[in-house]
Amino acid sequence: MRSLRHFLLLLFLVVVLVQACSTDEAPSAPPPRRENIVDGLDSLTGLIAQGDYRLVKGNCLACHSAKLITQNRATREGWLDMIHWMQETQGLPDLGKNEGPIVDYLATYYAPEETGRRPPLDSVEWYILSAAGGQSSAER
Amino acid sequence: MPYLNRRRFLTVAGLPVVFAARLPAGIGLLGLETEDPLPGKHPDLTILNDRPVNAETPPHLLDQRITGADRLFVRNNGIAPASPPADPSAWELRIAGEAVPEPVVFTLAELKQRFEHHTYQLTLECGGNGRKEFSPPASGNQWSTGAVGCPEWTGVRLRDVLEAANFDRKKAVYVGYYGRDTHLSGDPDKVVISRGVPIAKALEDETLIAWNMNGQPLPHLNGYPLRLLASGYPASVSGKWLSEIAVRDRVHDGEKMGGASYRVPCKPVAPGAEVDDEDMCIIEEMPVKSLLTSPKTGAILSDTKTLPIAGHAWCGSGAVSKVDYSIDFGSTWQACALTKPANRYAWQHFSAQIEFPQEGYYEIWARATDDQGRAQPMVLPNWNPRGYLNNACHRIAIKVV
Ligand code: HEC
Repeated sequence: MRSLRHFLLLLFLVVVLVQACSTDEAPSAPPPRRENIVDGLDSLTGLIAQGDYRLVKGNCLACHSAKLITQNRATREGWLDMIHWMQETQGLPDLGKNEGPIVDYLATYYAPEETGRRPPLDSVEWYILSAAGGQSSAER
Repeated sequence: MPYLNRRRFLTVAGLPVVFAARLPAGIGLLGLETEDPLPGKHPDLTILNDRPVNAETPPHLLDQRITGADRLFVRNNGIAPASPPADPSAWELRIAGEAVPEPVVFTLAELKQRFEHHTYQLTLECGGNGRKEFSPPASGNQWSTGAVGCPEWTGVRLRDVLEAANFDRKKAVYVGYYGRDTHLSGDPDKVVISRGVPIAKALEDETLIAWNMNGQPLPHLNGYPLRLLASGYPASVSGKWLSEIAVRDRVHDGEKMGGASYRVPCKPVAPGAEVDDEDMCIIEEMPVKSLLTSPKTGAILSDTKTLPIAGHAWCGSGAVSKVDYSIDFGSTWQACALTKPANRYAWQHFSAQIEFPQEGYYEIWARATDDQGRAQPMVLPNWNPRGYLNNACHRIAIKVV
């Protein structure tokens, strides 16, 4: 309950702040979200903002979000296979002279990492589990 | 007060979300999206993709014996119908194909009224669940362990409906479904996905045309108002927003039945191998698998060395005959208690009480064995181009301090 109250307060502050900052704007016409780089990533898509990432933005996001791209890792051949599969079965048009730079970008920034047959467990979020606290058995 | 997350709270407060559009580029309103990509779903599902929607459930949220509708994963290949039908009773299902003398159409109201209702608890698992671990990497949504769930489904038997349509038993080889989702490209003529099952599977008691999950209409993202369910096979055979079933006189050749989609090399190949289309075989029964759902990984035990564990185990045919756990990376295994399934294709529940010998870092591994003696592998099973069928043992990390 307390965190909810904190959140309410914070929300109120943000709303007031935003209102205050935007009085010169026509309220009916919010500006388009502008391109920005945060922590090396394109803020609108999450793509690594290096090399020819704008070609990927321009050619690859009509059908699905960039999340489908940034989850994947592949070699140059692997990326080409995916592109050809989309062209043969999913309606992706010929990329013309952009194909080479796009595949170079993908193969450079989204290259496979060697993980072996079972990598160690990673990104474990540790928490204290008390014997008295009991399990989530109430939910079962 | 029920768990209220920030995203939900916005709706509750009725706050106009247009404020988000006024923020500087790249800064979201407290991380809020203007639109909830997962309406009706638990806020802690992991979103792999928002267009098309693909989201999985962290293991500890799957602890319930019957998976809640808000916790069942979402694997959408295309875009769900924009607006749910105002009157679902008028929703139409067409039965057609070479092995049906004449196409027949049933409304949802007719299905409900004409055929006997059946309720089963049925496991649904995406064929690509576990893809994330494959090396070399396999393309597609990088599912970790959460593209699985086991709700209770209510509907009519596909068999009863096909019989009412007078399907030809001698001609029938396969059934294929069509649904009302739309292709990502926006092309209305492109079929998103149209898969199916061999006729013998289609005629099983538990193969349903279902409208309810846990006694409530299906969640929109999981196929409202009508879907197919053929448990034990990759979930992609269980078509959503179901509008047509074709009884085929050949192996169904719909979208994503060919190539590398939901197919694996007929003969085992080396990791990373190139495999020709004609050497790929359709995935049928899913392999034996289990998931540790309690405790959540990362538990630190400070006042005890005793830990109760629990989870579920399932397989695509038959039943799970035992589940063992190991706290020493598979050197030794101990038996878990294991329940019988609620019905065929329902997951089973295992539990055990672990006594840790001393302080330190442990991994708990769970390993299920089916009634034909096939156990889960500890390393990745055989590599395949699209990364299907990873049934390697699930494991969680524990510290005793
Ligand atoms: C004409 C529409 C369209 C365009 C444009 C498009 N894709 Fe796709 N792509 C698809 C569809 C459809 C899928 C399958 C989605 C699914 O199954 O969830 C897909 C899947 C993918 C996948 C996953 C592959 C797999 O094996 O499932 C990747 C990666 C991908 N696209 C990358 C790209 C890249 C890179 C571009 C730009 C060169 C691009 N896409 C442009 C339609 C498109």
